[in-house]
Amino acid sequence: MSVKDKLWLWFHRMASPAYFFKLAGQLLPWSIVATVIFMLIGLVGGLVFAPADYQQGDGFRIIYVHVPAAWMSMFVYMVMAANSAIFLIWHIKLSDIVARSSAVIGASFTFLALVTGSIWGKPMWGTWWVWDARLTSELLLLFLYLGYIGLRSAIDDRRVAGKAAGILALVGAINIPIIHYSVIWWNTLHQAPSVSKFDNPSIELNMLIPLLCMALAFKLFYLCILLINSRSELLEQEKRSQWVKELVTSS
Amino acid sequence: MNYSNPFVAMLFRDLRIAFRQRAEIMLPVIFFVVVVSLFPLAISPDPAVLKSIGPGVIWIAALLSILLSLQSLFRSDFNDGSMEQILLSPFPGSLLILARIVAQWCVTGLPLIIISPLLGLLLHLDAHVIWVLFISLLLGVPYLNMVGAIGVALTIGLRQAGALLSLLVLPLYVPVLIFGSNAVISATNDLPYNGQLLWLAALLVIATTLSPFVISSALRVSCSYR
Amino acid sequence: MIEFLKMGGYAGYVWSSYGIVAVVLLLNAVSSWRRYKSLILRLKRLHGEKNQ
Repeated sequence: MSVKDKLWLWFHRMASPAYFFKLAGQLLPWSIVATVIFMLIGLVGGLVFAPADYQQGDGFRIIYVHVPAAWMSMFVYMVMAANSAIFLIWHIKLSDIVARSSAVIGASFTFLALVTGSIWGKPMWGTWWVWDARLTSELLLLFLYLGYIGLRSAIDDRRVAGKAAGILALVGAINIPIIHYSVIWWNTLHQAPSVSKFDNPSIELNMLIPLLCMALAFKLFYLCILLINSRSELLEQEKRSQWVKELVTSS
Repeated sequence: MNYSNPFVAMLFRDLRIAFRQRAEIMLPVIFFVVVVSLFPLAISPDPAVLKSIGPGVIWIAALLSILLSLQSLFRSDFNDGSMEQILLSPFPGSLLILARIVAQWCVTGLPLIIISPLLGLLLHLDAHVIWVLFISLLLGVPYLNMVGAIGVALTIGLRQAGALLSLLVLPLYVPVLIFGSNAVISATNDLPYNGQLLWLAALLVIATTLSPFVISSALRVSCSYR
Repeated sequence: MIEFLKMGGYAGYVWSSYGIVAVVLLLNAVSSWRRYKSLILRLKRLHGEKNQ
């Protein structure tokens, strides 16, 4: 078999429920371990070893959860949108499952980005909420997630729910750059508060490494959740199939 | 009436049906006027204050009126099964859907646009500001109708359709709200507003070209659900 | 150690942020795990009954 054939074979096998179920189960323990390791490195690096910011003191350490949460909120939405597109175009059911499994954790990351951003804002800008470009964009992203979750749960038929929510995810994905740009533009008109540590380009290595570790840890955490949820969704979807019967009665 | 052209046929059919229920046409307009009138009552009748909040108030009221009127779009056809017939017809579904949305806009959006100068006067906006308001609504309201129709197509047949529709559609309305309202505010402050209007035009073009296809796929999905 | 906990005066902000993050992430993990476990149990009962 040529390399291309082997690749197609692997791809088709991946999309088969039983195979993916097994694969996810094998991957899960390693993901959990990796998550814990990077979380610890990031936390220790960020809370202990990174030097205090001369402007914001130790308060800036919130960055180590705020920024990774914000990055993940966008990343997970992109994963949802891409998988929705794959499901709508090529009808690969696994993609629908991945999208479905990602929605709540994505919304959680968005919520965390908002809350930590708001808490960080209090000592920095003096108010609990500020209509700055990033926070406002995150708020709208949260609404997009909630709409997706709401639509999904309102439709009982799994397949139809997947298609309808998939369309919504794609429409939202197309809109996100437009929304983002318009909010940034709107914000510049209204004398936004001075740029905080968010956009500081010259960030020290001491500060950067824990940030990247935490970002990686959050990504791995998302992977763990995704693996567990996909397995649940697969069982739910394929509950009457032979491999599920065998799996469940043998253990 | 040229019946060999499906777009025009659909358009005139919808307009005729709409004009038979004249009372329903007035509802979004009345809602629009009432909501705008509430703001001076709630905030202040001081002309200076009204001048500054006026653009935003009128834009938000227009947005809410459109949202309200979306509920009736597609619904009666969906319920009696003619939606499936429309989608199954040999004519492209997206074309017929576009005709339907244009009809919807004529009945719900256009009246709002026409009455907006009057509301501008109520809120003490200057003449040139009212002109910009008119243009911004002219460009923005069709977008609201089209993107709203996407939301309707996805939630038709669901129980909590109204609340869910608002949640789905409002984030998508934000860019138009920002640019539309801001164009008028810039005009109030004698600042340039052409950029904002161009943005509205661009968004309108994107919506017009893409939304009919999205809406017809969404309607197909919804029809398969019932 | 006390200095660490005090976070230069920002203790309330920093620890509440990290706390909320921990709570939300844990909630996600626990609920996902519990859903999986209860689904396995439910399917065991479903297929177990069928075999008998």
